Amino acid sequence: MMATSYNAKDEDGHITVSGPGGGTLRSRKPENTAFKQQRLPAWQPILTAGTVLPAFFIIGLIFIPIGIGLYVTSNNIREFEVDYTGVDVSSPCFNCSQNYSWNSSRPCTCTIPFYLEQPYEGNVYMYYGLSNFYQNHRRYVKSRDDSQLHGDMDSLLTPSKECEPYAFHDKKPIAPCGAIANSMFNDTLELFYNDPNGTKVLVPLANTGIAWFTDKYVKFKNPGGDGANLTAVFQGTSKPVNWLKPVYELDKNSSNNGFINEDFIVWMRTAALPTFRKLYRTIKDAKVIPTLPSGNYTLEVVYNYPVRSFEGRKRMILSTISWMGGKNPFLGIAYVTVGSVCFFLGVVLLVIHHKCGNRNNSADISN
Amino acid sequence: MARHGEDPGMVKAPKVKQQRKKKSKENKTRTVHANLLYDHAKGEENPNRHYANNKIKTTKYTVLSFLPKNLFEQFHRFANVYFVFIALLNFVPVVNAFQPELALAPVVFILSVTAIKDLWEDYRRHRSDKEINHMDCLVFSRAERRYVEKYWKELRVGDFIRLRCNEILPADVLLLSSSDPDRLCHIETATLDGETNLKQRQVVRSFFDLDCDFDPLKYNSVIECEKPNNDLNRFRGYIMHRSGRRDALYKENLLLRGCTIRNTEEAVGIVIYAGHETKAMLNNNGPRYKRSKLERQMNVDVFWCVIILLVMCLFTAVGHGLWMFQYGDKRPVFDVLSPEGTDLSPIMSAIYLFLTMIIVFQVLIPISLFVSIEIVKICQVFFIHQDMELYDEETDSHLQCRALNITEDLGQMQYIFSDKTGTLTENKMVFRRCTVAGVEYSHDANARRLAMYQEMDSEEEECTSHGGTLPRRDSVTSHQSARVVLRSQSTKSHRRTGSRAEAKRASILSKHTAFSSPMEKDITPDPQLLDKVNECSSQMDFMRFHSQPMSQLPSDLADIIDFFIALTICNTVVVSSPNQPRQKVRMRFELKSPVKTIEDFIKRFTPSRLTSGSNNSSSSSLITNRSSNKGCSSVLSSPSAESTLTKLDEEKHHGGLEHAFSPIPPCYDGKGWNLEEGELRYEAESPDEAALVYAARAYKCSLVGRLPDQVTVELPHLGKLSFELLHTLGFDSTRKRMSVVVRHPLTDQITVYTKGADSAIMDLIRPPDTGSSKGKRQKKIVSRTQNYLNLYAADGLRTLCIAKKIMSKEQYACWLQRHLEAETAIQGREELLFQSALRLETNLQLLGATGIEDRLQDGVPETIASLRQAGLQIWVLTGDKQETAVNIAYACKLLDPEEEILTLNADSQEACALLLEESLHYIQAKFLCSSTDQAAKNFQNNFAPFDIYPSSSPSSSSSSNTAPVMVHRLGLVIDGRTLAYALDKSLEDKFLAIAQSCRSVLCCRSTPLQKSMVVKLVRNKLKVMTLAIGDGANDVSMIQVADVGVGISGQEGMQAVMASDFALPRFRYLQKLLLVHGHWCYSRLANMILYFFYKNAMFVALIFWYQFYCGFSGSAMIDQWYLIFFNLMFSAFPQLITGTLDKDVSAETLQQLPQLYVNGQNSEEYKPYMFWMNMIDAFYQSLICFFIPYFAYADSDVDLFTWGTPITTLALFTILVHLGIETKTWTWMNWLSISFSISLFFTVALCYNASCPTCYSPSNPYWTMQRLLQDPLFYLLCLITPVAALLPRYFYRACQGTLFPSPIQVGRQLDKLPAETRRNILSLSRVEVGSALSPKTHFLSLSTPSSTGCNKKDQRSFPGSNTSQGPVLQTDNQARRRGPADSERDLYTFVPSEIDTLPYTKDAPKLSEEPQPPSTRDSERLDKTLEASDLSLSGWITSTPLLSQTDCIHLNLPPDGDTPCVRYTRDSEEKLKSEQIIQKAQKTEQDTEQSLHVTT
Repeated sequence: MMATSYNAKDEDGHITVSGPGGGTLRSRKPENTAFKQQRLPAWQPILTAGTVLPAFFIIGLIFIPIGIGLYVTSNNIREFEVDYTGVDVSSPCFNCSQNYSWNSSRPCTCTIPFYLEQPYEGNVYMYYGLSNFYQNHRRYVKSRDDSQLHGDMDSLLTPSKECEPYAFHDKKPIAPCGAIANSMFNDTLELFYNDPNGTKVLVPLANTGIAWFTDKYVKFKNPGGDGANLTAVFQGTSKPVNWLKPVYELDKNSSNNGFINEDFIVWMRTAALPTFRKLYRTIKDAKVIPTLPSGNYTLEVVYNYPVRSFEGRKRMILSTISWMGGKNPFLGIAYVTVGSVCFFLGVVLLVIHHKCGNRNNSADISN
Repeated sequence: MARHGEDPGMVKAPKVKQQRKKKSKENKTRTVHANLLYDHAKGEENPNRHYANNKIKTTKYTVLSFLPKNLFEQFHRFANVYFVFIALLNFVPVVNAFQPELALAPVVFILSVTAIKDLWEDYRRHRSDKEINHMDCLVFSRAERRYVEKYWKELRVGDFIRLRCNEILPADVLLLSSSDPDRLCHIETATLDGETNLKQRQVVRSFFDLDCDFDPLKYNSVIECEKPNNDLNRFRGYIMHRSGRRDALYKENLLLRGCTIRNTEEAVGIVIYAGHETKAMLNNNGPRYKRSKLERQMNVDVFWCVIILLVMCLFTAVGHGLWMFQYGDKRPVFDVLSPEGTDLSPIMSAIYLFLTMIIVFQVLIPISLFVSIEIVKICQVFFIHQDMELYDEETDSHLQCRALNITEDLGQMQYIFSDKTGTLTENKMVFRRCTVAGVEYSHDANARRLAMYQEMDSEEEECTSHGGTLPRRDSVTSHQSARVVLRSQSTKSHRRTGSRAEAKRASILSKHTAFSSPMEKDITPDPQLLDKVNECSSQMDFMRFHSQPMSQLPSDLADIIDFFIALTICNTVVVSSPNQPRQKVRMRFELKSPVKTIEDFIKRFTPSRLTSGSNNSSSSSLITNRSSNKGCSSVLSSPSAESTLTKLDEEKHHGGLEHAFSPIPPCYDGKGWNLEEGELRYEAESPDEAALVYAARAYKCSLVGRLPDQVTVELPHLGKLSFELLHTLGFDSTRKRMSVVVRHPLTDQITVYTKGADSAIMDLIRPPDTGSSKGKRQKKIVSRTQNYLNLYAADGLRTLCIAKKIMSKEQYACWLQRHLEAETAIQGREELLFQSALRLETNLQLLGATGIEDRLQDGVPETIASLRQAGLQIWVLTGDKQETAVNIAYACKLLDPEEEILTLNADSQEACALLLEESLHYIQAKFLCSSTDQAAKNFQNNFAPFDIYPSSSPSSSSSSNTAPVMVHRLGLVIDGRTLAYALDKSLEDKFLAIAQSCRSVLCCRSTPLQKSMVVKLVRNKLKVMTLAIGDGANDVSMIQVADVGVGISGQEGMQAVMASDFALPRFRYLQKLLLVHGHWCYSRLANMILYFFYKNAMFVALIFWYQFYCGFSGSAMIDQWYLIFFNLMFSAFPQLITGTLDKDVSAETLQQLPQLYVNGQNSEEYKPYMFWMNMIDAFYQSLICFFIPYFAYADSDVDLFTWGTPITTLALFTILVHLGIETKTWTWMNWLSISFSISLFFTVALCYNASCPTCYSPSNPYWTMQRLLQDPLFYLLCLITPVAALLPRYFYRACQGTLFPSPIQVGRQLDKLPAETRRNILSLSRVEVGSALSPKTHFLSLSTPSSTGCNKKDQRSFPGSNTSQGPVLQTDNQARRRGPADSERDLYTFVPSEIDTLPYTKDAPKLSEEPQPPSTRDSERLDKTLEASDLSLSGWITSTPLLSQTDCIHLNLPPDGDTPCVRYTRDSEEKLKSEQIIQKAQKTEQDTEQSLHVTT
């Protein structure tokens, strides 16, 4: 016993070379288990032309129909896009776009007419799209205070450091703080249907139900809880520098005001790519069918948001959606392409298999 | 100080201290005083207080120091520093990319895992330390005047301790007293060196003669000895008594810590070294850490990763600068100012971003790679440990991996350097035959017996009765039969217990002695010799009875009896009895009774005797000293002069008388002693000794007792004779011999018996004066013995020469005086003793020689053959003589009879240079001119993967050629002296060039230093992976130098094992270790490392692509949690499982197709370009994984992390499927780990995304995953992206599998075939490959003169040969052996031993036993011979073949490289091949059988 323990120590605790001095006579024979002898039953796929052939064909056969289906679905989606940045002189918003500053007291309005060739049925979604706007910039993404947005009173008055340099303005805490909130999209879009009989009908746009449910009811909360007087709550805070009006005046509707304003919530969800769209309004008018009949429309824009400084573009998008989201033919094409490539490679492998595979196998056996 | 005889007590203490200090500086010695004197003194007074106490502490940390020290140690690793640096970088606000705390997580995780591991190990060490520190021992206490129990840790240098039987020594103790009447103490050193035989230790001479118990209170001496060192086999010092006398101390006086006291009831000693200063602790170095080749390669690629990382960061930084620059002064709203509100210039921004990107891209440098590799290696070590096939039942030991981190190196070996004895051979020395006085005794019955053991190995149970009766039949003499029966019964009983393995194990467990298997013990005597021994001893008995002088004995008979006496006593074998394990048999005779001794004692003091003994001053002065030293006797290796001298007289006085009236009946009874004697057990330090003692016992000349001053031998008719042992000059490797000086009881002469290597002894033989008839006879004996020695060597036997010398008393006294001076010297004692031994061992008279067989271990030829097929070059470095080594090399298939052998023997630097030059020219001339056809063909035969590879021959043959030089079918034999010249700086390149082109290299007579130099040379110059394997202390240096050192835990102790990285029980396990485990470990790790690089690059590249779409701002769409834990958690398990369990080819196929090993040698799994291929693939895959979601979500309202999460998921899927493509075997563990990974990811993601609505800034991914799972687009992406990403790799793998499959793939395909077909194919291919390498036909024919053991072995593998045929063939062999032996005798006499500067061309035929090299013109004649041999070839199995002729064709490739002749040779080969086809079918069957044998 002693000798073994002594040895164990000598070996720096790694491997015990115990001499026969040890008291135990137990055989050190390893156990004959499949695991210890590395004989676990196993599937051993061998990748040769012959064995992988079916996989390629099967993939091809599955992908091509899926791709076609997706493509068709995507094509059925109606989508209309109008760029109202006003880069061209001829554009109705050209004048407004000349304004580079954020807090111009004088609102500029422009009207863009457009024509919908096809009627839009079902729920129609109205997006605003920005291009060249790097909402995914590292420092931009960080520049927010989630607990402030969650309605935390402490954070309201002392925003987190992440918001710097948009945390305080004139020694007063900014609510909501941070660069994201500060650069919130503040154009107002209104859609009018030009009835063939000449009247301009305002298309009813719903400004709720556009944000994620969890955002609206979990992540974002007004300080002081529901029903609190927002003006009082936000007393002592400052509005973001670029904003025209403070956060508690975003909407008349108290359930859509303050931090839980859905336009604000949507904006706060930073886009992944520099060209993005954000849901602006939904058009849910079950009474009228189709929701948006084909014809002439007018988009009235209260043009506040300057994008020309960074060569940005602003668009308004009207779109229906399908089960797979908005219009995007890419996936369909991708599926068809990958499926075809698989099929083609399958054929190549078939040829290889016939030319070389047999020789190989027969060589194995006959030799 | 003490020299002046003063009391070294307290009064003198300060002075002593000063002196000691001074002394320790000057002399590097340590002075030890007894502690007792200082018991009541203050601690400061104690002169021993500066020495370490016995408390050991092997822990590295204390509670307080753990954290800082452990962290400090971990930061020695560069990777850790890097990761900590990155994590800290995160705390700088300007550049931070992640939440700083989160970024610390991986580093902290890695560090804490390591820390916990260290802590646990340290705790274990602490516990075992504590246990050891608290063991009890008896320490003398002055206060209580008795021995009291104390803990080990309380022990201090200078304490007296009492040790009881079976106690473990707590410290290094100088033995002062022993209960043993001979003042001996036996210890077992198994824990130190693994040797289980008992070692004798002696009481310090001055305390030798104490009759009463040793009283510590009376002790008043000072010990001066060496500083603590780690040399277990050396201890020097002296003890100074009060009287001023100095006595030398030896290692025989020192009991080492950790040893166990055996056979001795009580011993008392004084502690010399304690605690950490003990030799055992100083020897304890812990495991070694090496860096494997794969890891070195990996580090290069890690470095490339760093470069890639920096390039990516730089690119991004520049991009960011430009992006900023394009906006100019118009600062866009999304370009947030710095927190201070200041505007950053594009350049500053870019610089900050560079740092940020380093953090973001840090994953590229795989933090978990290092941890994963360690985990995988631990698992690999575990599996190697657990392999049943690497477990040796005989010794109950399995493979040990001592170096934990070089397992994969096993798969990349290119050169193997092997020791011979004990590594290739069993190191079970079996007495085989002997020659006495120029007459050879062939011991045919003994040979048959050995053959029987060989058979028994294969058919274990079957031949029980047959084998048991065989020796009985052979026993001739009547009174021997009893013993033989007894012995055969004992053998039987062993067999009945089952296999030999079991018997052996049982014997080990019951603490059997080493070197005593029945095979080694039961030697069947040669009847002729036995008769002579009987005759001789009866004559001697008669003469003694009639008081005739012994010199009248016929000289040949005298030689015989001397020969056996020498065998019996010229050794250090200890006799013990098995009934009481480890109890020394005490057999003191009446003549040594105490009364007699006292009488003698009085007699000794009569002056007349003294002067007659010696009249020089030194001895007389010693005699006066003796007065203080009442009664004494001699000591094992260094008996004190006075005692020896007086004994000379004493013996003279009563010698003959005593024996004449010896109480033992002079007539050999055969019964009374028989039983007892049969149970005696011999414990030898080396197996040779045991073999010789057992051999002598077979002739009833048996050793019955050994005491330090006396050896008792029992002779037939004469009974027990006691030889007074005057000196033992132990064996050492420089002298290569050992001697004992005894006083012969019958002739009463001082006789020196010397035993040693023939080269050592033959030079020391007294040149016979040719005048006298005696001289002529001597001359004849010498020349004849030399002949037989050569013959033995050619048989592969180890030869030992036995010689004696009779000294006159004057000569002896003269020698003794100088010897004593040497012994007491403290400086350069070894050298002086060596010189003294040289003086003694001269003018010897040759008695005879023995041939000891060291059988090849099981499976050695097969292992070597398959290792060679695996493309390994095998070098054997042995200390044996050239002939022996060459023959063993043939037997183990290291050398091929078919290949030519270059022998390099030179006796000067110039000659060596010339020889090397010529050899080089020769090789070039011979092989270069014909290389296009001949060599290429050879090469292809040897190394091209077998024929079933359709398209591999061009590629694989070029790829398998690792060295620039072709490997030819050449063997190189070089002896130690030439090697020494060849290793000179100026010649080493040439030597290497030659050695490199040879298929096998055999270095004979090489010293340990040369061994390591050779390994170092090959390793450093050729840049190849080397493996050294050996079993003995002489291999340690070689093992340490090689990339991988393998120790055989054999019979020669554990030194090699201690130095090794892997320890094997047997050589043959090397095959599985390298071919299977090495291959697996290598391919698993290589694939895992490549996969790691791929995985990290792929993942990081995703973020890199994203930089193009986020203004190069360092933003990541992947949540930082995923980013950080992706490697650590989500993708970690499958690769660990695959890295641990994946088997590309099954173990069976790997062993049957050793060619697959080339895969690892050429690093084919992980070549530098593969890293880049993987990188490219990684970038492609990440492009797919990035851009498919990119386009799918282009211009949509997706937010950053809702878009990033699918990408993470896709990357995970792609990475896992990629692993799936690379996984070769899918066990349930693989499935489980992959599904676990996926479910873990989703579970974590779902929990994480539901946990906190405000946390995890900036991503704040609340409910993201939940929403994604409702999105059909997500599933559509998950389907298409991995497919698209992995399409090229999958397609490439499929094409590769069909169009140009690697050998590995073919192996895998073979695996898939049904077992039966597979075996057929394998055996076929093996025959094809094997026949080119080593045709068995030739092997048999050549090995006929070699040991029958090998023959028998091979016969087994031939169809139609079975046990019944064995004897037939054997007799054939015997008959034929006479023939060649006789004819060769002449040849051998002409070979001047080794000193042959003739060019190799003449050596080659000589060594291969071919006298006539055929000239070019002989080709036609040879053709005829060949035709003749055709017939014999087809019929060789049953009849004695004419194969010596076929050999001739193959062996004598024309030396001058004549083209026609070369071509001819090739032709002949082809013919031979075609002839072999006839037998191929048979062979296939038989091989299949064999493989069956292997697999089952």
